[in-house]
Amino acid sequence: MTIAAHPHAAKPLRKRIADASEPYLYSAPALILIITVMLVPLVLGISYAFRDIQLLNPFSGGFIGLDHFRTLSEDQAFFRALRNTLWWTGASVFLQFFFGLILALLLDKPFAGRGLAQALVFLPWAVPSFLAGLNWAWLFNPVIGPLPHWMYALGIMDAPNNILSDPHLAMWGPIVANVWWGIPFFAITLLAALQAIPRDLYEAASIDGAGPVQRFLSITLPFLAPTIAITILLRTVWISNFADLIVVMTNGGPADRTQIVASYIFTQAFKRLDFGYASAIALVLLVLLLAYSMLIVVLRQTLLNKG
Amino acid sequence: MRTSKLLLTVAHRLAILAYIVVALFPLFWLLKVSVTPNDLLYSEGVRMWPSRATFEHYTFVIAHSAFPTFFKNSLIVAGSTAIAVTILASLAGYALSRFNFRAKYWIVALMLITQMFPLVMLVAPIFKMLSPLGLTNSLTGLVIVYTAFNVPFATFLMQSFFDGIPKDLEEAAMIDGATQFIAFRQIILPLTLPGIAATLGFVFTAAWSELLFALMLISGNDAATFPVGLLTFVSKFSVDFGQMMAAGILALIPACLFFLLIQRYLVQGLTAGAVKG
Repeated sequence: MTIAAHPHAAKPLRKRIADASEPYLYSAPALILIITVMLVPLVLGISYAFRDIQLLNPFSGGFIGLDHFRTLSEDQAFFRALRNTLWWTGASVFLQFFFGLILALLLDKPFAGRGLAQALVFLPWAVPSFLAGLNWAWLFNPVIGPLPHWMYALGIMDAPNNILSDPHLAMWGPIVANVWWGIPFFAITLLAALQAIPRDLYEAASIDGAGPVQRFLSITLPFLAPTIAITILLRTVWISNFADLIVVMTNGGPADRTQIVASYIFTQAFKRLDFGYASAIALVLLVLLLAYSMLIVVLRQTLLNKG
Repeated sequence: MRTSKLLLTVAHRLAILAYIVVALFPLFWLLKVSVTPNDLLYSEGVRMWPSRATFEHYTFVIAHSAFPTFFKNSLIVAGSTAIAVTILASLAGYALSRFNFRAKYWIVALMLITQMFPLVMLVAPIFKMLSPLGLTNSLTGLVIVYTAFNVPFATFLMQSFFDGIPKDLEEAAMIDGATQFIAFRQIILPLTLPGIAATLGFVFTAAWSELLFALMLISGNDAATFPVGLLTFVSKFSVDFGQMMAAGILALIPACLFFLLIQRYLVQGLTAGAVKG
C-alpha cells in the first residue's frame, strides 16, 4: 500500500469521511452516557429548583418561581449547614494535607522495607468510605470502642462518653475519620511530585553547603507548590461535597450540629422526598463552589502577574 | 555527627511506625471485635485481644443473614461497572490520545465539568428519570449510573497510559495494511494491560464503596449492595457488634485485594505523569 505513506493526499472522499469520523466513533459511547446520565439530570435538577416536586405528592410539579429560595433564605438549618461545611472542609483539608505532606517526605527517603510500609500506610485509602465511617463510629462508641476510655484516662474527657452524641464535639468524629481516610491521597500525590524532583539538585545544594531545612525551603517547596495548590483546590471542592462519612456516622445530628450542605441536600431528597427544595439547595451549593473556583483562578492569576 | 545521623534514622523509622499504627489500628479493632465472643464483648472492653477468639460471627453472617446476597449484588455491580467503564474509557482515552479533532477540546471540557459539580445534586433527578424506566431498585440502574460517574476520570487515566506508548507501533502496523482499530485492539491494548488493570481496580473500588446513590435508588433487600445492606443492618440490629464487624471485614476483603494489586503501581504511574508535565 503506497497511499498509506501520504494519508491525506490520494484518498477517496468516502475514506476521508470515515477517517474524520473515527475519533468520534471511539468517544461516542462514553459521551452519550455522560450526557444522558450526568448532564441531562444536572439540567433537570436546576429546573427542579424552581418547581414544587415532592415524590409522594401527586399534585406537586408546578412551577413556583423563587419560592424555594425564599424559604431557603430563612432556613436556619441551612445556614448552620453552611457554617458546618466551612468548618468540616477547612479542618479536614488542612489536617489531611499536613499529615499527608509529612508522610510523603518520610516515604521519599529510601529505606529497607519501604514498599511494605507504603502499602500499609496507604491502606486506609482502599477502605470503602461507608466502612471507614462505621469503623470510626464504633471506635468512638464507649461500649465497644477504646477511644473514649483512652481519652478519659488521658484526662481529655471528663467521662468516657461518645463524642458523636455531644453537640459540641460531634463534628470531630467525622473529621477524624476523614483525616484518617484522606491522608494517603495527599501522601500519594505529593510523593509522586517529590520523586519527580531531579536528585542532582539536592546534591548540588549539599555541595554548596545548604542544610536540610534550607534544601527543603529552596528546592522541595518550590517544586511541590504547583501540586500542592492544585491538590488542595480539588480536594476542598471534593471534601465539601463528601457526605458519606457524616451520613453514616451522625446522620447530621445531634441537633444538626454535623449537618453539612451536601448531607442536608441528601436528607431533604432521601428522607423528606422533597426533590424541589433539595435541588434549590444544590443549586446554591453549585453557585458557591463556582464562586470559590473562580476566586482561586483570579487569585492565582494576580499572583502570577505580580511575580 | 554520626550519633545525630543515627538519631535521625531512629526518629524517621519511629515516625513511619506511628503512621502504620494509626493506619492499621481501626482495622485491627474491627477484626478484634469480629472474633470476640458475645459474652466477652462487654466484660473485656478495651483489651487488645479477647481471651478466647471465635469465628461464630462469621459463620452466622455467612449462613443466616442476607449478607451473601449483598455481597453477590455488590460483586455484580462493581464488576460490571469496572468492565463497562474500562471499555468505554479505553475507546475514549484512545481517541483523546491519538487523534486531533475539532471537538476534542469540548469533550475534555465536558469531562472536566462532570468532575467539578457535586454529584449529590443528581440524586433527585436521576431517581425521577430512572423510576419510570423500572431502573430503580435494580442492579442494572446502579451499573448505568456508576458507569457514567466513573467514565470521565477513567478516560483521563487511560489517555495518560496511551500517551506513554510510542505512536510508531500502530503506524508500522497501518503501513502493513491494518486499520487503526485493528492496530488499537491487537497492538496497543495488550501493551496497556497494566493501565487497564489499574483502571479496573480504581473503578471497582469506587463502585464497591458508593453509598448515597445506592441508598436512594435501592429500597428492598434483594437488590441491596453491601453499603446499603450493612447500614440497614446497623440501624435494625444495632447491638450485634460482632456480626456487624464480621460483615465489615468481609466487605473489606475485595477492596483491599484490588488495592494491594495496584498500590505499587499507583505512585509510579503518577510519577510518570508528573515527569511528563
